[in-house]
Amino acid sequence: MSNTKDDVYGDHISARFNDELTELKTQFLNMGGMVESQVEQAIEALTNNDSQLAEDVRQNDKTVDRMEMDLDEEAILVIARRQPAARDLRLVISVIKMVADLERVGDEAKKIAKMAIKLSEEGQAPRGYVEIRHIGKHVQSMLHDALDAFARLDSDQALRVMKEDKQVDEEYQAAARALLTFMMEDARNITRCMMVMWVLRALERIGDHACNIAEHVIFMAKGEDVRHSPMEEAERVVGR
Amino acid sequence: MNSMNTAAMPAQNVSEKVAKPVIDEKPETAVITEGSTVGQPFADDPKFKLRNVEVFYGENPAIKNISLDIGRNEVIAFIGPSGCGKSTFLRCLNRMNDSIDICRVKGSLMLDDQDIYDPKRDVVELRARVGMVFQKPNPFPKSIYDNVAYGPRIHGLANRKSDLDDIVENSLRKAGLWDEVKDRLDATATGMSGGQQQRLCIARAIAVSPEVILMDEPCSALDPIATAKVEELIAEMSESYTIVIVTHSMQQAARVSDRTAYFHLGHLVEVNDTDKVFTAPDHQLTESYITGRFG
Repeated sequence: MSNTKDDVYGDHISARFNDELTELKTQFLNMGGMVESQVEQAIEALTNNDSQLAEDVRQNDKTVDRMEMDLDEEAILVIARRQPAARDLRLVISVIKMVADLERVGDEAKKIAKMAIKLSEEGQAPRGYVEIRHIGKHVQSMLHDALDAFARLDSDQALRVMKEDKQVDEEYQAAARALLTFMMEDARNITRCMMVMWVLRALERIGDHACNIAEHVIFMAKGEDVRHSPMEEAERVVGR
Repeated sequence: MNSMNTAAMPAQNVSEKVAKPVIDEKPETAVITEGSTVGQPFADDPKFKLRNVEVFYGENPAIKNISLDIGRNEVIAFIGPSGCGKSTFLRCLNRMNDSIDICRVKGSLMLDDQDIYDPKRDVVELRARVGMVFQKPNPFPKSIYDNVAYGPRIHGLANRKSDLDDIVENSLRKAGLWDEVKDRLDATATGMSGGQQQRLCIARAIAVSPEVILMDEPCSALDPIATAKVEELIAEMSESYTIVIVTHSMQQAARVSDRTAYFHLGHLVEVNDTDKVFTAPDHQLTESYITGRFG
């Protein structure tokens, strides 16, 4: 990971202010790394029928929750101590908001782990796992790229993540249609197919959260809020 | 945009080059071009129309080709590091610099389309229209009543004692001081607390019915509670006065002003809505200053 723009949050007269912002960034990236690994392990547990790994993921979600609270506390302290302005303020506010997205990603990973445990108990040749692997890879790379964009304050990369989201939505729709077909073929498939459907839904939501993080990165870098705007607007903001 | 902006065209053209987002740049690489100001230096309904203003102390330029409008009933804050020229520029607005022999002011400074520096202009009358509150409270060593009544008396604003009483009461009420001093109007003003003295100075400025109030760091000698009272007062006064405030406290600028102007080494670097300046300023130097990267 390049760190060419790391010092964007340095150079304050107060070295401790620099340290506090660096700490905030580092803690956020640590939490991001933790959440990434939760998603990866949840998918692995599901596709490998590994209920022990799934149980680990469920347990680790508590760590993610604690990281969320620690980060919020740190951000509140920075505001109270420093009254940050401009890009510093945008960093702190964005972290507070992105932390909520990361925590929700953690929750989705936990949901997938729960489904992995249930599905492993059923123990039957799975339908829809190809789609889960495929969409899973896609949203994992979105999440990774969004966090990477945050680390490097790279609004171009954030924009690319936002564009990926549409593809994930389409892949999700296609997978859902395929699962419906299985359910119509044989009603005995319905319970299993619904569980797979929930997993797909969770993955699709992870893509949405990655997209939210990317929007905040653009706000941090450019000072303009591109949420709920057409893609052309985000392109204009990033391009200027 | 109206006709006065023709004078400002060069400034705006240059400013477009500087207005590029500069988040990737270091402060040292940020550019200031003389006479160029980023953001919104002009207003639709200006009280002051200031064009190509230059101020020299002897041979040394203190203000370098600044063009700015100050809107009617607007609160505008001047911020910037020490020695950036913000106080010097403020003092041009009611010719307080006249008393400094080596100080020369060039350019066009118009108050309601009248030239502030017209040699025929009555400076006393100008200063009645453009009042001033200083950094350190400077009440006269007289009674509270006489401090406020002084201006109206010399300007002949009250013919009868009862008129004068009304002016004193109204001014003290507007300054949020009436309830604290109504029972001791004859007491000497220098016995008041610092915050009360400063509000008395504001009452004294208001008493001659000015149109503009200039404030040169009005809260720097006050405690936080007195500061909050003065800031509250600024918010109330903004309905009827144009207020220009120089402040070293960026939070104060963020709290009280509609627009913020950032000065740097005699240049006016950026003027924008205060909300914008403190969340996403256009110029790298403004950003560096308000985020505490130099000062």
